[in-house]
Amino acid sequence: MANHTNHNSHAESHGSLKSYVIGFILSIVLTIIPLVLVMNPLFSKAGTIIAIMIMAVLQFVIQLFFFMHIREGEKPRWNVQTLVLGLVIVLTIVAGSIWIMAFNV
Amino acid sequence: MWESLKEFASWFFVTGDPLIYGAMVSIALTMVAIVFVLTKYKKWGWLWREWLTTVDHKRIGIMYLIASLLMLFRGGVDALLMRVQLAFPNLEFLHSDHYNAIFTTHGTIMILFMAMPMMFGLFNMVVPLQLGARDVAYPFLNAVSFWLFMFGAMLFNLSFVIGGSPDAGWLSYPPLSQNDFSPGPGQNFWIWGIQISGIGSLATGINFIVTILKMRAPGMKLMKMPMFSWSVFSSCVMIILAFPILTVTIALLYLDRFAGAHFFTMDGGGNPMMYLNLIWMWGHPEVYIVVVPAFGIFSEVVATFAKKKLFGYTSMVAAVMGIAILSFFTWAHHFFTMGTSANVIAFFAITTMLIAIPTGVKIFNWLFTMYRGKISFKQPMMWTIAFIPCFVVGGATGVMLSVAPADYQYHNSYFLIAHFHQVLIGGVVFGYLAGIYYWWPKLFGFKLDEKLGAWGFWLWNIGFYVCFMPQYALGFMGMTRRYYTYGWDLGWEPLNLVSTVGAFLMGAGFVFQVWQITYSIKHGERDTTGDPWNGRTLEWSIPSPAPFYNFAVVPQVKELDDFWRVKEEKANGTYKEEPVHLEPIHMPKNSGLPFIMSVCWFIAGFGFVWEWTWMAVIGMVGVALVMWARSFQYDTDYYVPVDEVRRTEASLGRVY
Repeated sequence: MANHTNHNSHAESHGSLKSYVIGFILSIVLTIIPLVLVMNPLFSKAGTIIAIMIMAVLQFVIQLFFFMHIREGEKPRWNVQTLVLGLVIVLTIVAGSIWIMAFNV
Repeated sequence: MWESLKEFASWFFVTGDPLIYGAMVSIALTMVAIVFVLTKYKKWGWLWREWLTTVDHKRIGIMYLIASLLMLFRGGVDALLMRVQLAFPNLEFLHSDHYNAIFTTHGTIMILFMAMPMMFGLFNMVVPLQLGARDVAYPFLNAVSFWLFMFGAMLFNLSFVIGGSPDAGWLSYPPLSQNDFSPGPGQNFWIWGIQISGIGSLATGINFIVTILKMRAPGMKLMKMPMFSWSVFSSCVMIILAFPILTVTIALLYLDRFAGAHFFTMDGGGNPMMYLNLIWMWGHPEVYIVVVPAFGIFSEVVATFAKKKLFGYTSMVAAVMGIAILSFFTWAHHFFTMGTSANVIAFFAITTMLIAIPTGVKIFNWLFTMYRGKISFKQPMMWTIAFIPCFVVGGATGVMLSVAPADYQYHNSYFLIAHFHQVLIGGVVFGYLAGIYYWWPKLFGFKLDEKLGAWGFWLWNIGFYVCFMPQYALGFMGMTRRYYTYGWDLGWEPLNLVSTVGAFLMGAGFVFQVWQITYSIKHGERDTTGDPWNGRTLEWSIPSPAPFYNFAVVPQVKELDDFWRVKEEKANGTYKEEPVHLEPIHMPKNSGLPFIMSVCWFIAGFGFVWEWTWMAVIGMVGVALVMWARSFQYDTDYYVPVDEVRRTEASLGRVY
């Protein structure tokens, strides 16, 4: 019962096949890079961790743009609010875990 | 051939315990009886058309309710078995492995397969009606959610007779839950039962957020929305932020077990403590996910039965939304004793104490709503009044636990057990029961019998305090959780015996409630008005049971408690009758795909549990095929003609 009385005309774009394929390929590439880095260490341990984190953040951005349609929608205000809340929670999870698991070190 | 078959069966099925043999026989007999009845009365087609393929939120709600009551029965039997074992020292009723399995399944079932579906049942039964909507935003997805939950729960319960129950605690902490210490499929049943139903929970969270934001009746601004819908919104925000953490965490645990990864292992760079950290990041919001809707129910019930507007509506909204955010900042208090830094402990102790503030605000709001109200002590109100002192004590012991230095004494003792049962039974169970009694007439068209209900109420309440108050003392006396037996020399036997008596009183209360439901089906007071409690919100403005399209005419909302306003205006003659104009109603079509897709998930899950890759692949291919089929389905909705609406309404006593 969502608001789709008319199936043929979509008021807003839901992305094209091309954008989905690009997003999918980029996500896969950004997943394979960390795997390769762990299997064949190019950097030091700290360097590998930083590289993995950069890949994770990049993939996060790609998902937002290619799959979550962050730029679209009638009321971008909602998007921004939920994005801010989501970022706060993600930051809490990551920073909180690092803080807790540091065990005074 | 026969020998190898026998060998397979003794490995595949759980053997050697008379209790389990008894359960197997009763499960087999029940299934034969169901098949027999359905075949004899030719009800297979009816079952498929009316229930298995339905996308009607009210029917999905009823199915959630039935499933959760069955799970309450199973979790309750687990609890009684444990209490029997602990009634006297050195009892040999259950051996230690069986006891471990039972406390694991008790916890998992009560939270994930009893509280969650009962909550989703109430969401489904009430929210669209309260918002003046004709269904949820995504009815098909709603059916997917339900069937994923159902098959996840069945997969989990299967472990009881096939393969062996999980026995590493309700949160399956590693290293105990790793292959070294828990070989075999038991832990995998835990992982995949939760994983499959967890996808459904996440989808429900999304579904109801969209429903609340997009499907409110015209004129219903967010700040004119009934309090229960607000609490559902808060709960759903927590669901979509917390459940992905659970999914990822137990997926990593499965990779450790299945693929030999080292996320939470003792060696190879893994860290089991990271699992605790991650699982409680879901686990703490989870308890607020289940309790916040109960707060919403109490708000509705108090306003209705005190015949007053809810006191402090705005502060109540702020409190439930504040809890949604705060709940993500307290998780480390579940493992203060893990040995992290003092700053971490101080931070999480303070955030935990902060939770008491919005909760206290709510308690005072309910009390002030009752103050000088004309209270009628019907069943929903009885449970609400019983909830308040129970939850206050439970909350106070929670604040005691949040004092980190003291927590080193209480941690994992029976004090903790008593605390969380007090907030979960006193808050969640009492709340959902209040909600079920309150909205039952709307769903089924009759009230539940007051007299039998009073028996159930008093047995539950007396039983609760008899069961759990001694456990606070036992905690102070040094009894820790998950002991399967204890010696005579410890002095614990009198309090344990009292506690067991209390547990059986609650069990008797449940039996009275089952009796109450079966009795009321025939003899319960029929609700002919649609408004049996003199309610305030939109769901009471339509007939009971609600017609499948809910509202013949979409209501125009002007105020909070809009139905109350209409009734008052009608009483003092200021109501302006507006000409009603029936229109064809746009409704979703039933679909069998959610059921089929969930069966495929079940097959895949069973394959993953036994690590039979071929079976998992077959199941996942099935899931993909169903999704493929659905994405090319265009004929998904239809219009109910005006004539049919008029006829249905006339048969329910409403003339347009």
